[in-house]
Amino acid sequence: MLSLLTAFGLLRLPDVYNRSHAATKAATLGTLCILLGLFIYFWVIDGVPSAKALLGILFVFVTLPVSGHLVLRSAYYTHVPLWERTIHDDLAVDHARQMKKKP
Amino acid sequence: MFDWSLNIAMLIISISVLLTAYRVVKGPSMSDRVIALDSMGIQVIGLVAIFSVKHHTQAFLDIILLIGILAFIGTISFAKFLERGEIIERDRHR
Repeated sequence: MLSLLTAFGLLRLPDVYNRSHAATKAATLGTLCILLGLFIYFWVIDGVPSAKALLGILFVFVTLPVSGHLVLRSAYYTHVPLWERTIHDDLAVDHARQMKKKP
Repeated sequence: MFDWSLNIAMLIISISVLLTAYRVVKGPSMSDRVIALDSMGIQVIGLVAIFSVKHHTQAFLDIILLIGILAFIGTISFAKFLERGEIIERDRHR
C-alpha cells in the first residue's frame, strides 16, 4: 500500500525535490514493513531467526536515505529548476558564496 | 486467506512498479529518472520478499540483498555522474 503511495507521489508532485520526498520516505517504510513481515514469518514458521532477512532490513534502511540524499545533491548542483511556487531556498545563499570563493 | 492477501499485495506492488516506470520514461529531468529507478528497485525488493513468503523458501533472501546492493551502487554512481561528469576521479583536488 505504501509502495503504491510512493508511485502516486512520484506521479503527482511537481518537481524533483518534492518527488524524492515521496520516493525515499514512503518506499523505505513500505519495504521495511514487508521485510519485517518476512523476518517474523520465517521466525515463526522455521523457528530460526533468519540473519539474511535482518541484514536486508538493515541494508535497505541505511542505503535508501543515503542514495536519495546524493541524488538530490547532484540535482541541486546541476541546476535542476525548482518548482515555480517554491518560496524558500536556504541553500542558495551558501551555494552562491561557495561559487564566489572557488575560481 | 493468507495466500489471497499475498496475491493482493503483489498486485499492488506491480501496479506501483508500472506507475514508477511511467515516471522513468516521462521524467522531465535526469534526476527524476534516477530517483524513479531507485524506488523501482526498492519495490522489486518488496516483490521478491512477498514471493519468497508465498513459496515458503528462504532462497530468495540472497536476491533481496543483491538487488538492494545493485540499486544502491547504481544510484550513487548515477548521482556522481550527474554532478561531476565522471564516476571515478583521478585527482581529488577540486
